[in-house]
This record gives sequence, structure tokens and C-alpha cells, in this order.
Amino acid sequence: MEPFTSFTGTAVPLDVDNVDTDAIIPKQFLKRTERTGYGQFLFYDWRFKVGKERQDFILNEDRYQGASVLLARKNFGCGSSREHAPWALSDYGFRVIIAPSFADIFYNNCFKNGILPIVLSEDDVDLLFQRTNEKKGYQLSVDLESQRVIDSHGFEAYFEVTPYRKRLLQKGLDEIGSTLEFKDKITSFEEKHRIYYTIERNEKASI
Amino acid sequence: MGKTLYDKVYDRHVVYQGEDQPSILYIDLHLIHEVTSPQAFEGLRMNNRVVSRPDRTLATMDHSIPTTDRLLPFRDEVAKKQVKTLEENCREFGIQLFDLQSEKQGIVHVIAPELGLTQPGQTIVCGDSHTSTHGAFGALAFGIGTSEVEHVLATQTLKQDKAKTLAINITGELPKGTSAKDLILSIIGKYGHDYATGHVIEYRGEVIQNLTMEERMTVCNMSIEMGGRAGLIQPDEVTFNYLKDKQYVPKGEQWEEALSEWRLLYTDDDAVFDQTVEFDASEVVPQVTWGTNPGQGAGITDVVPSPENLPITQRKAAEKALQYMGLQSGTPFDSIKLDKVFIGSCTNSRIEDLRKAAKIVSGYRVADSLHALVVPGSQTVKRQAEKEGLDQVFIKAGFDWRESGCSMCLGMNEDVVLEGERCASTSNRNFEGRQGKGARTHLVSPEMAAAAAIKGHFVDVRNWVTKEREEVGS
Repeated sequence: MEPFTSFTGTAVPLDVDNVDTDAIIPKQFLKRTERTGYGQFLFYDWRFKVGKERQDFILNEDRYQGASVLLARKNFGCGSSREHAPWALSDYGFRVIIAPSFADIFYNNCFKNGILPIVLSEDDVDLLFQRTNEKKGYQLSVDLESQRVIDSHGFEAYFEVTPYRKRLLQKGLDEIGSTLEFKDKITSFEEKHRIYYTIERNEKASI
Repeated sequence: MGKTLYDKVYDRHVVYQGEDQPSILYIDLHLIHEVTSPQAFEGLRMNNRVVSRPDRTLATMDHSIPTTDRLLPFRDEVAKKQVKTLEENCREFGIQLFDLQSEKQGIVHVIAPELGLTQPGQTIVCGDSHTSTHGAFGALAFGIGTSEVEHVLATQTLKQDKAKTLAINITGELPKGTSAKDLILSIIGKYGHDYATGHVIEYRGEVIQNLTMEERMTVCNMSIEMGGRAGLIQPDEVTFNYLKDKQYVPKGEQWEEALSEWRLLYTDDDAVFDQTVEFDASEVVPQVTWGTNPGQGAGITDVVPSPENLPITQRKAAEKALQYMGLQSGTPFDSIKLDKVFIGSCTNSRIEDLRKAAKIVSGYRVADSLHALVVPGSQTVKRQAEKEGLDQVFIKAGFDWRESGCSMCLGMNEDVVLEGERCASTSNRNFEGRQGKGARTHLVSPEMAAAAAIKGHFVDVRNWVTKEREEVGS
């Protein structure tokens, strides 16, 4: 995972409330067993009609080609827990998503995949939508260390992110590795923690 | 200050409480399926890691599998590879798998409770947002992404900050002819699709206590459709009676010990929730959704709303939804004609759901204009239904009677709603394209779906006359 420090990119406004993960990556692409290559399927049913790009979808407009900051509306990423959603957004080229609110599971999944989801107020998001619509090639810059979003026209907003999630993005932390450092604590917890059943081992197990 | 049920379950699973990172939370039960696990196993292999507790992990296949004859070969090569990958991963890492040949196969959220694996006070996770279902037993259960699936496989823990708490006190009495599905759809309709974001919901009150376990599962299942991290219900005698003698539930002396532990799982009188709301169940009528999120619903006696009559913040989304759904404002719900009816999904595919639907259907014929199917939640549910003759009721009426799986809830297999078709569905999501590209989904209860299948359009099930002339409603 590419460490995230500061970032500047073209913004694209997706003016839809409650964008769900079914819309971000439709179910027909969830049968793949890989973790990569989902960008081509991002927003598939909105982006394509019988395999051809739909000109009425914002991501297909010339002025937004190469966009890497997604402006979104409230409750972005609701619905299914599929991590294919952030995989598709990241593979397409998005590194930052700005919205007034995010669904919990999606928000959490973003940090595992080098995407920074930023919550700003409705008013700030409205202003950014307006500027993106008005100014061709409008860019936003994000500095994770100081937790700020700025543009070159005087916009500046502070955003919240927990210190742990910030570190996760900045350092590309191996979360499993860091938890396994607590292996002794987990083992001693298990010794006194009661669970009333044992699930049988797979009888075809190879190890 | 007292503790909430959520506090009690959370606190007894904290392995390590760090200053500079979220707590490490122990996970009692990890459920796996074919869609969200392959990349997690691949991650383990790449890092030379093993599954920490195969004895706390159970796999099944449900999402992308066909529901037609199991002896026939898979027609979808990509889905076939995904299922095969799960088989190989479970063999390699020693994880128990209830595969397509197993008599215990089924939707992951149907089989864990019926096997007695879902128990009060546990932490349960799965790479599926409807894991909230298991909260019906007073277990803290929530959906996770694939990176976290890998984390749980490797460590049997998760790093998680504590959520906020929301109490929904449900007062009054659920009217005759309405169901748990109508209750939860009404609640989501009142408060909105994202109202509970960041919160764990506890459903409380006499109305909840009077629900059966299967009805409680329907309610908790849809917590995520309000944005809730999880849904919880205090375990009680109804819970214990359901669990007794199930396969993985302790027996004899251990059962008594478990009971005395489980009886402590309640919210203390002096506990404080971050938020509390009251909901009067007496006003609930059978629900039909008209939009493209589960909060966009109304009573069967209503008409399709006009966006201009909705709060200003909801208008634009409502206009977009009505356009997608091909609905005119002012249309009475009972005049909306249907092309498909789906009875199934982790929300409504258990034996009681099938019994209720069969009671409506018995002696009638499915309308010629539509295709209706019943997909039992598990092989166990299917066998029980066949034992009771419910399969024959459905088949005689003209329903397809299928093998267990997620099926048309998300249309990952061949069970899809075609572009522009309209479906009455007992599932949980009416998102654009959810049941198929361009598919139009109306969420309803099993009773409402069954009646709609017979009439070819929605009807108020409270007025339904069963063939035995027994009123379903009052």
C-alpha cells in the first residue's frame, strides 16, 4: 500500500445521496477471487450501457478524466460490507473521498486500502460541489498530517481522523503483524474465556 | 453508572485496551463464505500465516451458488472457481465447510442460529453486512470487510473502537396481520436509512419480548439498513427455549452454567444510552417500499408519495428513486403490478416465514402474469418445510421450490430480476440494480409477498381470506 501523506488531485462531483456499495461495484463482479483489477467495473451500471460509456454519467465527462478526489453526498458507501468497493475506487485512481457522512463498514474499509475518507460539513461539501462545477480542472489538496483540505481559491477546512487510522495511512502499517505482537495476551485471554463449543476440523484438511 | 447490554458484551471481549490504538477485541465465532474470503486466504498465504482458531471458524457457500438441482454442473465458470477456491482454502487451513453436498448448508445467517452456534453474549463476525442478524440472541455481531476477515483468521481478534449506543423502545402492540418485517421497515422508514450510523442499536420493550426468535432475527437483520453497526436484543426465556438441545449448545450441567451466565446479559436500569427513541408499534401497517433504499417505504393503504410532500432533504433522492422505479406519485400501492415474487434471503427464509407464506398461498394459484419462487434459507429449513408439506402447497400454487442460498436477494447466481421488471421481495435491499441490472425491487413481508404472487399486484394482507375462510387479520 502506497503511504499517504499529502495529496493534490482533480475533484469530480457525484451528486447522489446514499450511494451504496452495490452501485459502486455491482454483484456480477464479486465472483472474482483477485484483489486487483476492479477499477474497470467501478459504478458499472451507471458508467456503461451495453458495454459503451454513458455520456450522461459524470465520471465519463472529459473534464473529469484522471480525477482522484471524489466529492460525494451523505451516507456514501452504505449497504454491503464488500471491500470490492474501495478496491474498485482505488484501482480507478481515487485516493480521497469527501462527503458529509459515510457508512461505517465502508469508511473502515477505506483505511485498509490507502483511501482517505474525509467528513466535512454539509455547507463545506456544498461549496466544494459548486466550485467543482464552476471551475474546470478544479483541484483539491489534502494534508493528512495537519488534517486539512485546501484549494487554491482560499478554501480551507479541518477534518477529524483518529490517530491510529492516520498512522495506518501514513505508514502503510501491517495491522495483522502489529496485533500478532500481542499473541501472548490473546493466548492468556483465551485460557480464561469460555466458549461452549468446538467446531470440528475439516475432515479433508491437508494439514 | 450501570452498563448497557452492548457494554457488557464488548467489555468481556477486550483483550487489550491501548492508549494509541483501538482495543483488541476477541472474536468468538467467525463465519466465512465464498465471496468475501478468497483474498483474505491469499493474504495469509503471502505472509506465511495460519488460521489461528479453525475451531471458532465455520464456512459455507451461499451467495453465488445456483439454487437449481445440485446434481447439475455449475453453468457459471467464474462462480464455480470461487466455490472451488473456498473448498481448497478450507482444506488447506483446516476449516469446517458445509458445502453444496452438506445437509447443513444454507445462508450463513440462517445456519449459525439453527445449529446453535449463535449464542448470547458472543462476538460474531462475518464478511457480510447482515451479520447483525445474530444480535437477536444478545450477541454482538457485525459485518466486516475482507481485510478484517484476514485479520480475524490470523489473530481471532479485531481492532475496534467502541460504538455509540441507540435504544429503540418499542411500545404498544403490533397489530394483527402485521409482522416483524413490517415493524422494522416502519422503523427504518420513520428514522431514515442512515439514522443509526456509528451506533449499536438495542431493540427494547414488550413488543420485542413478544416476538419469536425468528422474528427477532428479521428485526436485527435489517439494523444495517438503518446504518447501525449492529442490532441487539436482550436474551430471555424465548431465546433459551429456542437454543436448548441445538447441536452446538452445551448440554446438562454446562447448559445450566451457560444459562446463569446468559441471564446476566441485560441493560442495567441505570445505564445510559447515547440516544433513545420511542416507537409506537400500534400504528404499524403492512409495508411496501417504493424507492431505492429501505427507508423509502410506506403502508399498503398509502399511495406512492409526491417528492414535493417530503422533507426538502429527501426530495432529490425521492425523484431519482421514483424515476428508476418507474412509479407515478399518487398511485395506490395495491394497483402496482408485479413480474416476480421472491420469498427468501437471510431476512425472511426461515421456517416460520415459509409457514406464514404457505398459509396465504394454500389453495390458490400464482397469477399467470408472474414468476414466483421460494428459496429456503437452509437445507434444514427446506427439509422441515417438506416434512410439513409446505413445498407441495407452494408447488401446487405454481411457485418454484428451490435449493437453499442467497439467490435473488442479490442476484449473484442465475436468479435475477430482468431490466425493468418489478419484484415483490422478502429480502433486505431495494438498491438500484440489487436484484439485477435495472431491476425494480419492492421490499415486503413473506405474507405480503405471498398474497401479491396470487393477485399479481400488491394487496393488503390484513383483508386476505384464506381458503379455510380463516381471517388472517382481525
